[in-house]
Amino acid sequence: MITDVVSAVLMLAGALSCLLGALGLVRLPSLLSRLQAATKPQTLGLFLVLAGTALRVDLKSAATLLLVGLFQVITAPVISQIVGRSVHRSGGVRPEVLVVDELAEERPQDRPS
Amino acid sequence: MTVVFVIVLVMLVGAGLLTLVRLLRGPETLDRIVALDVFVILIVAGASVYVAFFQDGSNIPLIAAVALVGFVGSATASRLAERRRRHR
Repeated sequence: MITDVVSAVLMLAGALSCLLGALGLVRLPSLLSRLQAATKPQTLGLFLVLAGTALRVDLKSAATLLLVGLFQVITAPVISQIVGRSVHRSGGVRPEVLVVDELAEERPQDRPS
Repeated sequence: MTVVFVIVLVMLVGAGLLTLVRLLRGPETLDRIVALDVFVILIVAGASVYVAFFQDGSNIPLIAAVALVGFVGSATASRLAERRRRHR
C-alpha cells in the first residue's frame, strides 16, 4: 500500500515537472533559455516517473528503468551543449545579451556577427 | 490508483501539446530539434506510465531504445542544422 502511495506521488511530481518544462519551452524568449527549460525539468520529471514506475515492477526491470533514467541524466547536458554550440556558431546569440563570450575568444571565426 | 495514472497521462499529453506548439512555431530548425528531443522524453515517460499501470516489464527494452535513439538523433540533427546554416 505504501509503495503505491509513494510511486503515485513520484509520478505526479514527475509529470508536473515535465509539464512545467514544456510550458517553459513555449514561453521563454530565446533559444538558449529554452534549452534550459527543455533539459532540466524534463530530465527531473522523467527520472521521477521512472522511479515511480520502478517501485511497481520487479527488481530486474526496475534496475533497467533506473539505468534509462541515469542515461537520460547523462545525455541531457551533452545535448544542450551541442545545441548551444550550434546556436552560437550559427549566429543565434545576440552579442549584447552576453556578459562574457568564452567560445568567441577561443575561436575568433565563431564571433557572433 | 487508476486516477493517478489518468492525471499523469493528461499532464504528459498537455506537455506534448505545448511542445507541439514550440515545434510548429519554432523560428529556427534548432528550436524544432529541441522540441523533438523533448517529445522523445515525453514518449519515454508515457511508456513507463504504461509499464507502471500494467506492472509488467515486458516493454522496457522499448523505453531504453527510444531514449538512446532520441539522444543520437538530436545530437546529429543539431550538428547538421549548424553546418547547413553556416554556408548560407
